[in-house]
This record gives sequence, C-alpha cells and structure tokens, in this order.
Amino acid sequence: MDPLIRVSGLRFRYPDGTEALKGVDFELFPGETVILLGANGSGKTTFALHLNGLLEGEGQIRVCGLPMDKISLPEIRRRVGMVFQDADEQLFMPTVMEDVTYGPLNLGVEPAEAMRLAREALEQTGMSAAHAKAPYHLSAGEKRRVAIAGVLAMRPDILILDEPTTSLDPPGQRDLVDLLTALPQSKIVTTHDIAFARAIGTRAVFFEKGSIAALGTVGDIASRFGWEPLPRG
Amino acid sequence: MHYLVMEEWARRDSPLHRRDARVKMILLLVFLVWIGTARPAQPEAYAAYASILLVAALASRLPLLSLLWRAALVLPFAATFALLSWMAGDAERAASLVLKSSFSAFAVLLVVATTPMPALLAAVESLAAPKMLVMVVQFLYRYLFVLSEKAQHMWMAAQCRGGIRRASAGGAIAVLFASSHARAEGIHRAMLARGFAGHMPLIRPSSLHWLDISFLATGILVLSLGRWLWIL
Repeated sequence: MDPLIRVSGLRFRYPDGTEALKGVDFELFPGETVILLGANGSGKTTFALHLNGLLEGEGQIRVCGLPMDKISLPEIRRRVGMVFQDADEQLFMPTVMEDVTYGPLNLGVEPAEAMRLAREALEQTGMSAAHAKAPYHLSAGEKRRVAIAGVLAMRPDILILDEPTTSLDPPGQRDLVDLLTALPQSKIVTTHDIAFARAIGTRAVFFEKGSIAALGTVGDIASRFGWEPLPRG
Repeated sequence: MHYLVMEEWARRDSPLHRRDARVKMILLLVFLVWIGTARPAQPEAYAAYASILLVAALASRLPLLSLLWRAALVLPFAATFALLSWMAGDAERAASLVLKSSFSAFAVLLVVATTPMPALLAAVESLAAPKMLVMVVQFLYRYLFVLSEKAQHMWMAAQCRGGIRRASAGGAIAVLFASSHARAEGIHRAMLARGFAGHMPLIRPSSLHWLDISFLATGILVLSLGRWLWIL
C-alpha cells in the first residue's frame, strides 16, 4: 500500500538559527491516526506545518503522490486539512458560515456549492445551529468543531490537528474523540494528552530534539518515555 | 465573554433590520450628503431631518434613549468647533454644526445598529469600496475582541500583582503589540493553509427584494421632498 504522506530526511532551521528538525523520516498510510508525542520544542508542530507547505525545509515530502512544490501546493493544501492549536487564529471570518465556506471559495468552488459543502461539514461536526453566529461567541469546544468543519468543507484526504484538546473541558474532549473517530480521513495529531492519544491513535511517534526517537503504539511510547498520566489519589 | 450591545441590536428583527444593507447604505449616503450641504439658517429643514430620523428609529424598535446617548459621543468634538463659530459671532453656524454632526452620527448609528457587520461589509464591497479596505475593516472588527480580551487578561494579571505602575505601562503595551504581531502571523498561516491567494472570498449579498426597492425609492423621495421644500 502506498503511503499518503512520505517524508524523507526533512531538516529545518528557524531564522534565529534554532535547528528544529534534524532529518525526519515519516510515513502515513490510509486509515491511520498517528499521534506525534514529544516535549515542547521537540519539533512536532514544525514538522506538522511542513506537511501543509507552511514551512519549507530541506528534504523530500510527497503528499498523495504529489511532490511538495509550488505547482502542487494548492492541491496539497486541499488534500491536507490543517487544524491549528489556537482556534481563534483559524476562525477569522465574521460568521461561522463564512468561515467554513472560506476554504471551498478559495478553491474556486461556486458560492452555492460552497454553502452546501459548509452546511454538510457543519452537520458532520454538530455545529449546524451555529452557522449565523460570530466565532468569538462560541465556546472553546464549539470553536474547535467549527475549525474542523472549515477544513472538512475542503474535502481533505488527511487531517492534521495541532494540540486539539487545548482548553477543552473533559466533556469537550470526549466529544472531540467521538467526532475524530467518526471521520474517515487519515490523521496526524500532535498532543500531550496521553488519554486522548490512546483513545484515537493507531500508532505514535516520539519527537526528541528535532528527530523521531521512537515509533510504536501510544501505550509503548508513553511507558518508554515516562509519559503515563499521573497516578490517581 | 464580551457582550457587544451594537451587535446584539444588529441581530434583532424589525422592518428596518429586514431591509437590504445596500439600500440602507445608499439612503445613508444620500442623507449624509444632504444634511452636510443644508444651509445653517433653516430650522424647518433640521426639524424635517429630525422627524425622518425619529421615524426610522421607531421603525428599528431599538431603545431610543440608548441610541441618542451613543450618538451624543460626537458632541464634544462638534461642540469644540461650534464654540469657535459662536465666539466668532456666528451663532447660527454653531447651532447647525452641532445639529449636523449629531444627526449624521445618529443616522450612521441607526444603519450600523440594524445591520449585522458581515452584511454591512458585503454591502460596502458591493458599492465598489476597495476590497483591501473591506478586508482590513473585517479583520480589525474580528480581532478587536481577541485583542481587548488579551488586554483585559493582562490588566487582571497586573491587578493580581499590585496593579499597573506608570513605569511598566509602556512595557505592557509593547507586549500587547508583540502578541498582536504573533497573532497576525498565526492568522496568516491559517489563511494560507486554506488556500488564501491574496483576496478574501465573500459570500455574495442576496438579491434585492421588491420591498427593498420600494424602501429605497420612498426613502429617496422623502429626503428629496425635504430638500426641495426647505433647501432650494
């Protein structure tokens, strides 16, 4: 089976000289949900941003068989839906409906069709009732759902979610697990939340100082690197 | 969560709320031009304009006193110039300055308070305003909430540690600007991730209803009549 994403020897250095990625090799296969674990600053988010072409490092990236170059970039951005950690940064349009139609309209979809796609995505994420609301009137969980809807409306093959449980309460996290497990797309999720990772992940990779230090199940990685949740009591 | 009165007003329902944003914008422009060019010594004309505004305000079903209070925000500025005119011996011009600015502010307020911001911006764009300008206003409006919330959090954090000293206020403002810049970069990245290619796609405003066209025609007729009776 061909991987949806194949990354070889990816290196990236920030303008201030920090070497964030030191030769990362990675593959994502259809149906997988891969959890990216690792300490803050280990390179997880930097790596994720490369998969949507938002950062440009050395090495090779192929998405659905397409090389990461200027010609393929619009198609890659359609196929790889990126949900950012801070939903406030992602929801920049005045209303939920306008925000969810933003992606399809950018792809050149006709407004009527974009509205249909947006309604479908909002239905899928359980946010249909909020279509006329302003994003800043939503709760953190609702914002996250709308952010996911904004990406789903572009009909992506792959979803990348950066710390999706940030500022979600436990019911919100459970809702997010239900939503993500119901979505058919392959996923890459960066998180520090091991319980969440266990609930949705099919495998995990552990980032350490810009490299992948280990691959395995979420449980294996968590116990190997001391990432198990604190004991109760 | 922030609660914005104007936004809540704009989402209400009334005959004025239901009219197309473009129609309201055109009537507002006509009103502003005509009141701006009204002669100072015509109290009947000002009474007529006040009546038109009063009818519109009643039709909007918004609290009149709150509207008046908000429109009065322009008074300190208008009064400064009115005072200069009055001191120069032109009391009529002083009075007309205050009336013109108050009526104009009230009219603008009425349109903004009866039209949701997305519809208002779409109307402005459809009336040939530069797309870039509309985009800037849209972002300013959207992130004003986020920024004010950030400022509020910083203020609370400072209060918890003894309040803001004058010497540290500059630093706090610098931090707010820096975080705004970081926020702007994040937003730009999120826009690129969903295919941003230099312009903001907007859902087109709906087509005009015959009621909107009648409203526009009646509005222009009433304003023209007022103009013809007292100004010419």
